[in-house]
Amino acid sequence: MPSATLLGQALISGVMAGGMYGLLALGLSLSWGLMRLVNLSHFALAFLAAYITYELGTTYHLAPWWSAALVIPAMFVIGLMQHWVFDRFKVNELASLLITFSFAVIVESGIQLYWTADYRRFENHYSGLSLRAGPFYIPVLELTLCLVAGALAWGTWLWLRKTYVGKALRASAEDADIAAAYGVDHRRLSFLLSGLCAAYAGVAGTFIALIATLAPAQIWSYLGVVFAVVIIGRLGNPLGALFAGMLIGASESLAMAVFSPAWAPVVSFSVLIAILLWDPDWA
Amino acid sequence: MMMQNAVPKLAAVAAVAVLAYLPGAGMPAFYDSFLYLLFFWISLSTSWALLSGFAGYFSLGHAAFFGVGMYTTGTLAAKFGVPFLATIPAAALLSALLGMGIGAVVFRLKRLRGDLFALLTLAVTFVIATIILNTDIDGGSGVFMSAVPMPQIFGSPSATLYVLGFGICLLTLAIAWKVAHSRLGMGLFAIHDDEDVAEAKGVPTFRYKLFAFGLSAGIAGAVGGIHAMYVGFLTVSETFGLTVPLYVVLMSVLGGSRHWFGPAVGAILIGASLYAFTSGSEAMIGRAIVALMLILAILWLPDGVVPTLLRWFARRRTKAAAPVVALRPAAVESTAPVVNRNIVEIRDVTKSFGGLQALRGVSLDVREGEILGLVGPNGSGKTTLINVISGHFPLTSGSVAVDGVQIGNLPAHEIARRGVARTYQIPRPFANMSVLDNVTLAATFGGPARNAREMRDEALHWITFTNLGGKEEALPADLNLHERKFLELARALAARPKLLLLDEVLSGLNPAEIDNAIRLVRAIRAQGSTIVFVEHLMRAVVELSDRIAVLNEGSLFALGAPREVMSDPRVVSIYLGKAYAA
Repeated sequence: MPSATLLGQALISGVMAGGMYGLLALGLSLSWGLMRLVNLSHFALAFLAAYITYELGTTYHLAPWWSAALVIPAMFVIGLMQHWVFDRFKVNELASLLITFSFAVIVESGIQLYWTADYRRFENHYSGLSLRAGPFYIPVLELTLCLVAGALAWGTWLWLRKTYVGKALRASAEDADIAAAYGVDHRRLSFLLSGLCAAYAGVAGTFIALIATLAPAQIWSYLGVVFAVVIIGRLGNPLGALFAGMLIGASESLAMAVFSPAWAPVVSFSVLIAILLWDPDWA
Repeated sequence: MMMQNAVPKLAAVAAVAVLAYLPGAGMPAFYDSFLYLLFFWISLSTSWALLSGFAGYFSLGHAAFFGVGMYTTGTLAAKFGVPFLATIPAAALLSALLGMGIGAVVFRLKRLRGDLFALLTLAVTFVIATIILNTDIDGGSGVFMSAVPMPQIFGSPSATLYVLGFGICLLTLAIAWKVAHSRLGMGLFAIHDDEDVAEAKGVPTFRYKLFAFGLSAGIAGAVGGIHAMYVGFLTVSETFGLTVPLYVVLMSVLGGSRHWFGPAVGAILIGASLYAFTSGSEAMIGRAIVALMLILAILWLPDGVVPTLLRWFARRRTKAAAPVVALRPAAVESTAPVVNRNIVEIRDVTKSFGGLQALRGVSLDVREGEILGLVGPNGSGKTTLINVISGHFPLTSGSVAVDGVQIGNLPAHEIARRGVARTYQIPRPFANMSVLDNVTLAATFGGPARNAREMRDEALHWITFTNLGGKEEALPADLNLHERKFLELARALAARPKLLLLDEVLSGLNPAEIDNAIRLVRAIRAQGSTIVFVEHLMRAVVELSDRIAVLNEGSLFALGAPREVMSDPRVVSIYLGKAYAA
C-alpha cells in the first residue's frame, strides 16, 4: 500500500485529469442529451483546435489566450456548419454517430497530412508551474483547466435552468413538436447549441495543446472514457458531466497508484457497466 | 418467375466455383490476401448484422467477440500446442458463450436498448481488453503464432487461409440467409420495429435475442480464430481497437443491415476502396475518401444500398405483376353463441405502479362467445386491465385464468400463444414490414402451427376480411388512421384468438367508419372469438355489448346488461357528477 502522501497526490492529479474529461464531456453531453445527436467528431474538433493553437504558438509565437480568442469562435462556426447538415437531412441519433465518426476520420487525415503522424509538443513555460499546498503539488495549468471547466459547466447549468432560451432547449429535448406548438423555435436554438458545443471543444483543445503531447491517433484516446463520463453524469446535465469526469479521473488515478497504471481503463468502464445495470436514481 | 430467380442463382453458383478454384490456379499471393480480407470483412459485418441489423440491438462491441476468438486460438495453439484447426470451434464456442452471458444479463433490462446498449458493449470490450493485456493471456508482450504449424491440406499456407476464410464467409452468408427467411428472422425483424408488440404477438423476444447474440458472437469468434493465424502476431491494441467495431457498423449500414446480403455488399465496397489506397500518405487520403463516401451514402441512402436497389426494382416490376390473391380461403370454424362457460376468470387482481394503485382487487368472469364492454372514466384502470391480461404488465397480486389455464405471471408471448390477442389504442404496426408481413407474423407466432403457405393464406384472408385487400404490400406509413386500426384488427384476428382484447378501436374514426367497425366486430364474434373491448363511445358500447363492466378508480363498479347498467344512477354519477344522477 502506498503512503498517504502518495495517495493524496494521486487523488489531486486524478481530479485535475478528470477536469479534462469533464470539459470534453460537456459538449458531448449537451448535444446528445438536448438534441439526440451523438457527436463523435467532438474529439476531432478539440484536437484540431489543439493543433492550431500549437501552430500559432510555435510558428507565430502567439500567446495561448490570443490563439483561444481565434480558435474558439472558429470552432463555433464549424459547429454551425455541421448542424446545417444534421438539420438539412433530419439526421437521427444513429446516423449522427456514423456521420460524425466519418467526419472525425476526415479531420484526422487532414491533421496527419499537414502535421504528420509525429508527436508534437507545445513547449510553454506554464506547463512547469505548480502551487504547493502542504506536502502536495498542484499544477497551475490543470488547476486553471478545472476552474474554466467548472465555470463553463456551472454557467451552462444556470443558463439551461434560469433563462428562457435554456428552458426552451430543455422543453424541445423532451418533445420538440409540443415545444414548437408553444412557440419554441427549435431549429434556431439547436444551431446555437451546436455552435456552443463545438466552441467547448475549442476550449478543451486549447488546454490539450498546453498540457498534452499531440498525435493524430490521440483523437480516439479519450473516446471511451468520455463516453463513460457522459453517461454517468446523465445526458444533458453539464454539472453532472464535470463531477462524473472528476470522479472517474480520481478513481483511475487511485487505481494506478494502488495497482498498476495498466489497470486504469478497467475502472471507468466497470463504473459505467455497473451504473448502466444498476441505474441508481442519482445517475 | 422461374427465369427471374434462375439468373442470380446461376451467377452465385458460378462465383462460388471460380472463387473456390482460385487458390489452385496459382494466382499471385497479393490477390490471395486481398480476397481473404474481403471474406474476413464480409463474415464479420454479416455476423454483426444478425443481432444488430436484424433485431436493431446496435452493438459497438463486436471486437470483444472477435478478439476473444483470436486470443482463444492464440493461447490454445501457441501455448498449449493444440492443432490450429481444432482451436477454431473452441474460439467460436467461447465467444458465443460470452455473447449469451452478456445477453442473459442485459436483455432482462428494458431500458438498455439503443445507444445505451451500444455503449455497454463498447465498455465490455475495453474491460476484456484490459484484462487480457494485464494477465498471462497476453501480458503486454503480444502472442506470436509463428511456431504454430499450418495444416497443409489445401496446398500452401496462404491457400489454406484463403480456403478457411472463404469457407467461413459462405457459412456466414448461408446462416444469414436462413435466419432472414425463417421464423427466427421474422421475430427479430419485429423486435427491431417494436419489441413490446412483438412480445404481445407471441414472439419469444428474450430467447430470440439471446440466440441471435450467441450466433453473432460465435461467428465473430470463429473469424477471429482464423484471423489469428493470418496476422501471426496478436496485440491487444490492434485486436480490441476501434477498427473492427466501427468498420463492421459502417459496412453493414452502407450495404443495408436489415437485409441478409446488405453487409456483404457494404464490406465489398469499403474493403475494396480501402485496398485501393495502401501506402503512407495515400492511405490517409484513402481513409478520408472512404469516410466522405460514407457520409454521402448515409445522407442519401439511409436504408443502405441493397434495400434501396431492391425497392427500385420492385417498383419497376409491380406495374406488371398481378395482385396478390389468396389461393384458397382459410378455414374458419363457425360458432355457437354465448355459452354458459367462463373463458376468462379474473380473481382479485391488483396492480400498483409504485404508490399508485391502478387496479384494486378486480374480480370478473367473461363467458365464452360474449362481447363484454369495459367502460369507466379516464384513469379508472381499463387499459391497465387489458395490459395485465395480455401480460404487458406483470400482476401485483391476484390471478387470471384463460380457458382454465393460469396465465397470471407468464411472459406476454406465452399468453399470446394461449389464445389471447389484443389491439392497441394507438396502432403500433411494425413500421418496416408490409401489411402482409405484419399479419403473417401474428398468424405465425400467435396461431396454431402451420406451414408458411398456410400462414400466408390465413393472413390474406384476414386482410380481405378487414377491407385491406389491395394494400398487402403497402408499408404501415402509407395507410390512414382508419386502415391502421383495421390492420391492428387483422393482426389480432390472424392469431385465431380465443379471447380478443380491443382497446378503443373506434376512437378517432368518423361516423361512417364507426358503423363499418361495429359490423366488423360483430363479424369477428360470429367467427367464434370472445371479445372484451374498452370504449368511450356509448352508442357503440350499448349496441355491441352483451354485458357491460364499469370500472371506477381501479375497482369493478357495476356489471350487467347494457341498458340496466347505463341507466344505473350510480354509473351516471361517476361519469357526469352527482347532480345528473337523478
